[in-house]
Amino acid sequence: MEAVKEVSQISLVSEEKKRSRMSEFWTKWKKQKTAFWAGFFIIFLLLVAVFGPILAPYDPYEPDYDAILQTPSQAHWAGTDEYGRDILSRIIVGAGISLSVSFTSVLVGAVIGTILGLCSGYYGGWLDRLIMRSSDVMFAFPDLLLAIAIVAILGPGLTNVVVAVAVFSIPSFARLIRGNTLAAKEAVFVEAARSMGARSSRIIFRHIFPETVSSMIVFFSLRIGTSILAASSLSFLGLGAKPESPDWGAMLSMGRDYLDTAPHVVMIPGLVIFLSVLAFNLVGDGLRDIMDPKTKN
Amino acid sequence: MSENIIEVKHLQTQFTRDNKKTVVLDNVSFHIKKGEVLGLVGESGCGKSVTSLSIMRLFKDTTGEITNGEIKYKGTNLLSISESSMRGIRGKEISMIFQEPMTSLNPVMKIGEQLMESIRLHLGYSDKQAKEHAISMLTKVGIPRPQEIISEYPHQLSGGMRQRIMIAMAMSCRPNLLIADEPTTALDVTIQAQILDVMKQLQAEEHMSMLLITHDLGVVAEMCNRVVVMYAGRVVEEASVYDLFDDPKHPYTKGLIGSVPKLGQKRSRLDSVPGNVPNPNQMPKGCKFAPRCKEVMPVCWEEEPTITATGSERFCRCWLYREESRDAHV
Repeated sequence: MEAVKEVSQISLVSEEKKRSRMSEFWTKWKKQKTAFWAGFFIIFLLLVAVFGPILAPYDPYEPDYDAILQTPSQAHWAGTDEYGRDILSRIIVGAGISLSVSFTSVLVGAVIGTILGLCSGYYGGWLDRLIMRSSDVMFAFPDLLLAIAIVAILGPGLTNVVVAVAVFSIPSFARLIRGNTLAAKEAVFVEAARSMGARSSRIIFRHIFPETVSSMIVFFSLRIGTSILAASSLSFLGLGAKPESPDWGAMLSMGRDYLDTAPHVVMIPGLVIFLSVLAFNLVGDGLRDIMDPKTKN
Repeated sequence: MSENIIEVKHLQTQFTRDNKKTVVLDNVSFHIKKGEVLGLVGESGCGKSVTSLSIMRLFKDTTGEITNGEIKYKGTNLLSISESSMRGIRGKEISMIFQEPMTSLNPVMKIGEQLMESIRLHLGYSDKQAKEHAISMLTKVGIPRPQEIISEYPHQLSGGMRQRIMIAMAMSCRPNLLIADEPTTALDVTIQAQILDVMKQLQAEEHMSMLLITHDLGVVAEMCNRVVVMYAGRVVEEASVYDLFDDPKHPYTKGLIGSVPKLGQKRSRLDSVPGNVPNPNQMPKGCKFAPRCKEVMPVCWEEEPTITATGSERFCRCWLYREESRDAHV
């Protein structure tokens, strides 16, 4: 016992190593200039989405036939549409719709896709073949076409848009997580856990799943951009939100008849969609640069 | 003579690759008594680690399968019980320490959580009891400030400390048999000595049996009671540690011991056993060691010798000793 105690006097943890992961993340994040500012834009967008009904200067549904198709002015910062509804108010309230549709759908897709990917990668064999070949079939369809087909079957409406966008997110998540699982299950600590008598479910969720989280977060943020676009497209085609609702895609759809006389009715919602998708993609890229183990130094 | 904790008999393990079956372990038999430390030595690729994986039945995700033989742990054949009963044995009755302390701990789990995982699983302790037990185990293996260490992550510790944690983890449910697969290979020499001390001390305290897999004869001399020498998936010699070093029988063992540099030796090159372990797919017909053997005889190329008793508790697989004792050992 003496020898053992002597050894234990040597302290092995240097202070520098104790720095928390969060502060390390924050330092690296600040270096990603574009993603950093895009992140602020997303936070701003989220706040607008949450407090939309309070922030909106006008009722987004209330028509005002005295002020139709007005260009941006002091009273209406973003102008009005063909029923005289305030476009800014509609965009503010619409942020809630667009973001919640895309978040929910990606979340549902991520959860199901991750579970499928984990099982596929861990168990292998026929289950892996089944899940991966089904994903391949899904990949063979263009994303939007698949979503349109799903909505066509289920009927139009925002809930079905969520389902459609979620369904076409599943295979990408499944494939990504399967790849990570294949790598993680070879790790010695997984074998060590097994040698301690841990059961498969525990190994999957306690030991393998955390290894896949960082790439999932990156993919999640990239995927939100895609799904905002997809949800807007569906609404634009009249398959999503009802035409009178202030959904961004629906606004584009309604405004396209006035493209030559009042272009701002289309341009402003279009610009907002563009900026949101861009912001989510930039944040995703930034996160990838930080979290990708290959680029870690 | 005390009881045997584990008895491995005629173990045969094979791997499949491109539809081709390769026998990696053939007719491996040995036993470990209660409280005994058995060394398993041999060069890389001779089947040492596969032997340990066979005992634990850890062949998931590999093509490995045990095709013959039995592994008796306290009288029950581990090869015939269900996977869930096997899970109950892993970690509780038989536990294992791996070669690489840097990768055998989960990098994203706190030390304490990893330790408590198996304690809760096998001993059914509450969180509080498990935590106390984890701290006491860390103290036993000589970890400084165990209360703080349990809420730290593996990357904050050095290799030697991590290997201590692995030992604490493997010992936490007081197993009857500890399989240590080259526990000190990845560590530097001074840390090696400390780790061996900790293991030796705990082994003696708990009167635990141990299977120590190594290619370091120094470690064998220091730690083991008996030694099994393996070559190309076969046991070639079995002897007590004193007999083995005093009077090695098999030419391979002689070569291994001869290749250890001696104090005062004035030579520019060390002795070595020429050649490599043959590829399992292209084994020579007779004795597998014949191509590298210094004392090779015509019969060696023709037929593989069986393992024979050459003294009390001594066995050797070589034609050289067939005249001395004709009785085949099973």
